[in-house]
Amino acid sequence: MNIRRLFLIFVPYFWLLALFLVPFLIVLKIALSDGALAIPPYVPTLDFSNGWEGIKTFFAGLDMENFIFLTEDELYWRAYLSSLQIAAISTAITLLVGYPIAYGMAKAPDEWRPTLMMLVILPFWTSFLIRVYSWMGILSQEGFLNQFLLWTGIISEPLTILNTNTAVYIGIVYTYLPFMILPIYAAIEKLDESLLEAAEDLGCSRMQAFWLVTIPLSKSGIIAGCFLVFIPALGEFVIPSVLGGSKTLMIGKVLWEEFFSNRDWPVASAVAVILLLILVVPIILFQRNEQKQRESEG
Amino acid sequence: MYKHGDFMAHSSNTSTFAPWEDPEQKPLIQFKNVTKRFGSFTAIDDLNLDIFEQEFFALLGPSGCGKTTLMRMLAGFESATEGTILLDGQDMAPVPPNKRAVNMMFQSYALFPHLTVADNVAFGLKRSDMPKSEIEGRVDEMLRLVRLEKFATRKPHQISGGQRQRVALARSLAKAPKLLLLDEPLGALDKKLRQDTQFELMDIQEKTGTTFVIVTHDQEEAMTVASRVAVMDEGRLVQVDTPARIYENPNSVYVADFIGDVNIIEGNAANKGDGLVEINWAEGQPAIHGTATNAVQDGTRVTFAIRPEKITITQERVSDKANCIEGKVLDIAYLGNISTYHVELPSGHVIKAQAANNRRLARRSFTWEDTVWLSFTDTAGIVLSDNAGG
Repeated sequence: MNIRRLFLIFVPYFWLLALFLVPFLIVLKIALSDGALAIPPYVPTLDFSNGWEGIKTFFAGLDMENFIFLTEDELYWRAYLSSLQIAAISTAITLLVGYPIAYGMAKAPDEWRPTLMMLVILPFWTSFLIRVYSWMGILSQEGFLNQFLLWTGIISEPLTILNTNTAVYIGIVYTYLPFMILPIYAAIEKLDESLLEAAEDLGCSRMQAFWLVTIPLSKSGIIAGCFLVFIPALGEFVIPSVLGGSKTLMIGKVLWEEFFSNRDWPVASAVAVILLLILVVPIILFQRNEQKQRESEG
Repeated sequence: MYKHGDFMAHSSNTSTFAPWEDPEQKPLIQFKNVTKRFGSFTAIDDLNLDIFEQEFFALLGPSGCGKTTLMRMLAGFESATEGTILLDGQDMAPVPPNKRAVNMMFQSYALFPHLTVADNVAFGLKRSDMPKSEIEGRVDEMLRLVRLEKFATRKPHQISGGQRQRVALARSLAKAPKLLLLDEPLGALDKKLRQDTQFELMDIQEKTGTTFVIVTHDQEEAMTVASRVAVMDEGRLVQVDTPARIYENPNSVYVADFIGDVNIIEGNAANKGDGLVEINWAEGQPAIHGTATNAVQDGTRVTFAIRPEKITITQERVSDKANCIEGKVLDIAYLGNISTYHVELPSGHVIKAQAANNRRLARRSFTWEDTVWLSFTDTAGIVLSDNAGG
């Protein structure tokens, strides 16, 4: 192996080390510490001036206390489970909304596709925060949605949507929809049209051909899209805190409150470490799906 | 049942299977004044064609001649703008592709990549009313037919191109269609494999007794496999006939030129009676003596077409042939079994003549720049009037 190849491999590993592994170890260290009224708000701190003794006392001061605390307090359990539930349901809704859009895009005439693609990506040009705040204006009691529904006469009382889980679902589906659409679009777009003709030729109706050919062959896109929505939705903080109510329990929000309201950095870090461990499972599954896809194409 | 034999026997076996010559026979497929337009482009132009049961029918033509459109109309993927297509006497216009007793083998094979070879073959059967218990047996039978039993559990990307082609064939035959459409079925295979597969196709066609319609731009392939060939150009049928007749009696310069190699000489005709025609084609050159199938008016412009293999090339002048022309060897294309000589005449015309290499190369009696004599009988070529077809 020559220097050039070593260097090429080194770059991504260095990136991973510097931007993922080192921060993770710092967070893990804080999670194993104890809270304290100090700056920074935890003990022990690593003090190299005392040499070997200092390192030894530092390691002696670490314990699993905070993780044990997480298992004892029901709040955290419920927050994790509720996050999983909200992430799973919003992923399912995003799939139901995103698949037809991706399908329509892939079947649109060639000259339309770049425009449609542009329209899907366009929201990213505006700040995510502004877009989420603007949903407050749409969903609130006096918001555009209620005004419109009252005007059409469908409802006589304004609906309470803002500050409920419904608003959180709307926010997540809206925000992550492009992540669902793009991989599915890519999968359907490269699907050979003659496969559908072959299915029809062999006795399928259009609908059967869709279920038996289009869906299985866009499976990798569906899986990729679901993970791309599920993984960030699980740790989502902004959407539940802006659109959700006091009853909306999501682990991202709990984490933020531990850090900034309670200033309990060790517990917050422990919450973050557990969240990461939960996320590792879908991330590995996602990677495996990508790899399988590459193999079957190769 | 029609026995195919090999392609050399085609000229003699047409009498054993020629339903197109029997007015009592009812055609399986009838195109009646069919026109197909895509916007302002006319893909098929007022076309009439009968195809009979158990035929191996080839649609031959350059790309864009409408042969694929014709096939897609049979499969039901395109509908005729005007006219009717009958299958077994039934108008096919209202029948969707999935309800037709017609199956198609796609050019790209269109195998389902997520299904195994066996599941691909079973795909159509599962959509039919065949009981589940019989499907497995039918799939095995089909895989045996194309000699792929060992590959039943493989996915399409795990087998070779030739094997994929056979899976596609097995899949399209599994439902025992009345009519099988093959869209450039051998296009993706290399030459050797293509030739083997051509014979295999003929074998399978004979075994199953299915009517095959094949689309191809490869004239050799059409000649080899088909009982009849339709030569198409710009949405029209130029000639529909047996391979031997297409080759020996092309009805137009277009067909003569499209099928095989041919020398084309234009000249003025003079009738000599008994169908004999004299063609004056160049100043100072002896007139060509030929035989016209249709009466030719004196003095009309005609085209004389003659295949290179029908011209004999000799060192000395011969006297027993109706035509003998002097020339100089310009080029020799050595093909192993035969050589094609490009002979330049004093008039500047270059005539191709073919000779079998029945002597070793070193003993060839003439070479570049040698003066040679080209001779052929008065029935070796065809006299085509310019207004006939093409």
